[in-house]
Amino acid sequence: MLDQGSDDFVVFDKVQKSYDGQTLVVKDLNLSIGKGEFLTMLGPSGSGKTTCLMMLAGFETATHGDILLDGQGINNIPPHKRGIGMVFQNYALFPHMTVAENLAFPLEVRKLGKSDREAKVKRALDMVQMGDFANRRPAQLSGGQQQRIALARALVFEPELVLMDEPLGALDKQLREHMQFEITRLAHELGITTVYVTHDQTEALTMSDRVAVFNDGRIQQLDPPDTLYEEPKNSFVAQFIGENNSLEGTVKELNNDTAVVQLDDGSLIDCRPVNVKQVGDRTKVSIRPERVEYRSERFQEGAHLLKAEVLEFIYMGDVFRTRLRVAGRDDFIMKCRNAPDQIRLKPGETVNIGWMPEDCRALDA
Amino acid sequence: MKLTTLAAALSATALTLPAVAEDMTIVSWGGAYQTSQQKAYTEPYTEMNPDFNAIWDESSGEAVAKLRAMDEAGNVTWDLVDVEGPDAVRLCDEGLAIEVDVDEVLAAGDDGSAPTDDFGPSLISDCFIPQIVFSTTFGYRTDVEAWGDSKPEELCAVFDLETFPGKRALQRSPKKNLEWALLCDGVAQDDLYDVLDEDGGVERALAKLDTIKDEVVWWSAGAETPQLLADGEVVIGSTYNGRLFSVIEEQHQPVAMLWDYQVFDFDGWVIPAGLTEEREAAVMEFVKYATDTQRLADQAKYISYGPARASSQPLVGKHAELGIEMAPHMPTNPENAQRFLVNNLDWWADNQDDAEAKFQAWLAQ
Amino acid sequence: MSDTTTDDSPQNGPVLAADGTPLRRSLARALRRQKLRALMLIAPLLIFIMVTFILPVADMLYRSVENGIVSETLPRTVVALADWDAGGDTPPDEAVFAALAADIQIAAEEKTHTKLGSRLNYENPGMSSLFRKSGRQVQRWDLNTDGPFKEKFLDIDDDWGDIDVWRTIQTYSPAMTSGYYLAAVDMQLGADGPEMRPENERIYLKLFGRTLMMSLAITLSCIALGYPVAWLLANLPMRTSNLLMILVLLPFWTSLLVRTSAWKILLQQQGVINDILVWIGLVSDDARLVMINNQLGTIIAMTHILLPFMILPMYSVMQSINPSYLRAAKSLGATDWTAFWRVYFPQTVPGIGAGSILVFILAIGYYITPALVGGTTGTFISNRIAFHISTSLNWGLAAALGGILLAVVLVFYWAYDKFVGIDNVKLG
Repeated sequence: MLDQGSDDFVVFDKVQKSYDGQTLVVKDLNLSIGKGEFLTMLGPSGSGKTTCLMMLAGFETATHGDILLDGQGINNIPPHKRGIGMVFQNYALFPHMTVAENLAFPLEVRKLGKSDREAKVKRALDMVQMGDFANRRPAQLSGGQQQRIALARALVFEPELVLMDEPLGALDKQLREHMQFEITRLAHELGITTVYVTHDQTEALTMSDRVAVFNDGRIQQLDPPDTLYEEPKNSFVAQFIGENNSLEGTVKELNNDTAVVQLDDGSLIDCRPVNVKQVGDRTKVSIRPERVEYRSERFQEGAHLLKAEVLEFIYMGDVFRTRLRVAGRDDFIMKCRNAPDQIRLKPGETVNIGWMPEDCRALDA
Repeated sequence: MKLTTLAAALSATALTLPAVAEDMTIVSWGGAYQTSQQKAYTEPYTEMNPDFNAIWDESSGEAVAKLRAMDEAGNVTWDLVDVEGPDAVRLCDEGLAIEVDVDEVLAAGDDGSAPTDDFGPSLISDCFIPQIVFSTTFGYRTDVEAWGDSKPEELCAVFDLETFPGKRALQRSPKKNLEWALLCDGVAQDDLYDVLDEDGGVERALAKLDTIKDEVVWWSAGAETPQLLADGEVVIGSTYNGRLFSVIEEQHQPVAMLWDYQVFDFDGWVIPAGLTEEREAAVMEFVKYATDTQRLADQAKYISYGPARASSQPLVGKHAELGIEMAPHMPTNPENAQRFLVNNLDWWADNQDDAEAKFQAWLAQ
Repeated sequence: MSDTTTDDSPQNGPVLAADGTPLRRSLARALRRQKLRALMLIAPLLIFIMVTFILPVADMLYRSVENGIVSETLPRTVVALADWDAGGDTPPDEAVFAALAADIQIAAEEKTHTKLGSRLNYENPGMSSLFRKSGRQVQRWDLNTDGPFKEKFLDIDDDWGDIDVWRTIQTYSPAMTSGYYLAAVDMQLGADGPEMRPENERIYLKLFGRTLMMSLAITLSCIALGYPVAWLLANLPMRTSNLLMILVLLPFWTSLLVRTSAWKILLQQQGVINDILVWIGLVSDDARLVMINNQLGTIIAMTHILLPFMILPMYSVMQSINPSYLRAAKSLGATDWTAFWRVYFPQTVPGIGAGSILVFILAIGYYITPALVGGTTGTFISNRIAFHISTSLNWGLAAALGGILLAVVLVFYWAYDKFVGIDNVKLG
């Protein structure tokens, strides 16, 4: 993670958006993006993330609130004057132009001279290693190649801000991983600010400086990837990011940084209170599968343990994945690293499971 | 393109089954005229011969072309065809209609006169069995303010733009128009075709027409002039006298007849060449009945066209629905026929194409 | 090894199918059967197209040059006339007239002499009545005793002494003629080969030119009117665009004559538009606009009739253009106009091309509407073709005019292919 400039390059200030005048698609959005930052808007479809991107690009107008770019309100500036580069989900390469003409287009409309144009186009093509393809038509390129050209076209006029709308959605897994790396490399090399929209959480975690998790028109959490994963602030984020075990119960005891929750079958567990206010609150506790432990020597003194019955053992190579029945639920997952000392549990076995209290977060119900 | 006509004619011939013995396919013009034929000819004939069944085809407008197509395909499906005089001449020339000896085939007049004498000048071709005399003449609006008290009484009013300003409707064809133009250019009626035969004769007629060309709306279907007169689009227009009758007497429009130098035309039957003997005999029998003195007089009850037989004239009665005495509306009525023209069909057969080419070239200037 | 692929190799033998026949033959047989089955499947359609489309076109092209009638009706005369010098100023001698008498006698028996008269009358006015008149008389002659015939023919009509008459017969005696095509471009076969017709009889070149220019004008106005409508159709919400689509298609469900007559009522001088203009005082009552029975009327009425043929291909092409192209262009700095002109418009060119080809070809062959609203300056070449088919019965000339029209369309098609590319045409 790079050290961001503290200045707020892009600011959403109390932005709201409604299409039909009855429901808000974006509800009171406040967001600041630093210069040079790679920010990802992550969320399920219909969560409002694309709408935010389109408002920033200028293709949608905010119903209420201001959007600032480099300190200047841009609500009334048409898209073509915003100087924002954009990469579209389907690449939107102009089919009637060659690759070079596609790249030259933004330079032409900016009235650059011919030699300037050619130099910049060449540099941009080299940057994405597509120098040999200048005279091809988009239809003659593979998906990955088109992706690179779309990227080069968004960057060729040297915008300070680039928006990407699910740009890797159409690529296969291997190519996608490769392009994730390419995009982040370029963004950081060129020092441009990037706003990236995706519904793929792996993409969000591996590429971003910060991730804004959208749901129901609001940002649920805005944090660097590791914080997001390890310290989700509510059960939506916990559930949406990574794999998660969720157990429901009531708060029995509440201290500053520890709490005891009684699950619905009566058993007690230790957790860290995050989103609960007082004893008696309903809560969902969240434990990552890889933080669940079943070997008694790893437990703290006096820790609360749960009885679990092994339902299924799945060998996945680097990890073992064990499905357990815990507190009346059949979908509790435990992941263990495939190490020499690891035991392969058999279905039908009964074990006690537990975890460090700080790994178990009591969130909203 | 005109291929469609050809193809349609071909496929029509291929698909129509030959008529059963009692069926007779009679081709006519549709509309009020065909109705008058049904009322006066086929309905009484069917009463006498219950097996007789008339199948009407409203193709007289394209009869010549269709008969030629049928003849080429070798399958003539029509038994009796109603055509105008010039078409009968052409069909006869082309060998598409059979020659008929009227004295042998048709009934003698009620007054005992032989058919040759009774039909007289209407026997314009060896293949032609006349039915009616109709005329092309002028109708004018009676409410034109610009004319003051003057009223068109002579043909040359059509060419007099000073006394009778306003638009005229003329047929988009050289026939009749050339004759009228020469008459109003000072040529005596008897010299008309001699002048037309001279070098520059047609040109002289066109030069006369040129004096009113800017004020002329050219029609190609007989129904156009009545409509143009009724709408006030034109103030004088030529059309068939029956059409004007219906505008004046049935629709009560402010229109009056100008009978001066009406041009007589004949309409009658031709029998297609190539019928089986049996069919031909049936047709002959029907034609004999349908063209006797009483039948021709009866037809005038339904439409204001004059019977082609002299012996029918005294029998013309009242209109079947309107109850008006029909004799005064007949083109052959002495009052109306003080001055009239009959086209010289031989001259037209020879010079139609030439005159047409010059006329069209003049129109297009 | 090459041996394995040659089935006449005696040593190794060809590759054999399971039943022992050479594989290659077995494959060929299987393929043949497949092809035969496929052919039988399309046979009805193939025959239908042959009978209703290709044969009539071929027949038309043949008619435009066919001229067997002269040598068939007057076989002896044509032979006897071969030695006559058409350039001189004396009519042929007795031998030709005797041959003519024999020919006409047979022709009158078969009633083909008047047919020949009508045919030759296209080339030389007067020959129709000449043959009709002569046929009647010649039938009564005795060929063995009644000669010499030259005098007798001249008695029937002086025109038999006219060199032009004989020149016409001689010129048109071959079984094929270029006469119809020459006539179709305002030329004729004179004594010294092809020459232009007299100035006041030239009509077809002018009409061809007018037909092309007006079809072009109609195509352009269809593009101008159809483009925005197609754009709306492709971009409005589904419900509204469906309604609009019905409005676009509505003309298809109305009779052509009704639509054309409606334009008459609207456009004529005492018509609705003029009445309104006079009523609001924009036009004075004695200076009503002439909007029909001229080229303007034809262009308006035909644009209306052909508009759907332009809109539908445009619409289907526009519908397939992703809206993100326009957004991409704007995000790259293009103004609305630049984005439209540089990015959207070029992608709609295939639709415009398809629509234009459709409209242009349909317009070039239209004759009902120009006949009704064209007046004298708005008629098309097709009106003349219709006239020669149904009124003058000069089918040879009609076929030649149609043949030229066909050639013009093919030339346009070729030019379009060369400059725009026919693979650049999309109906959807």
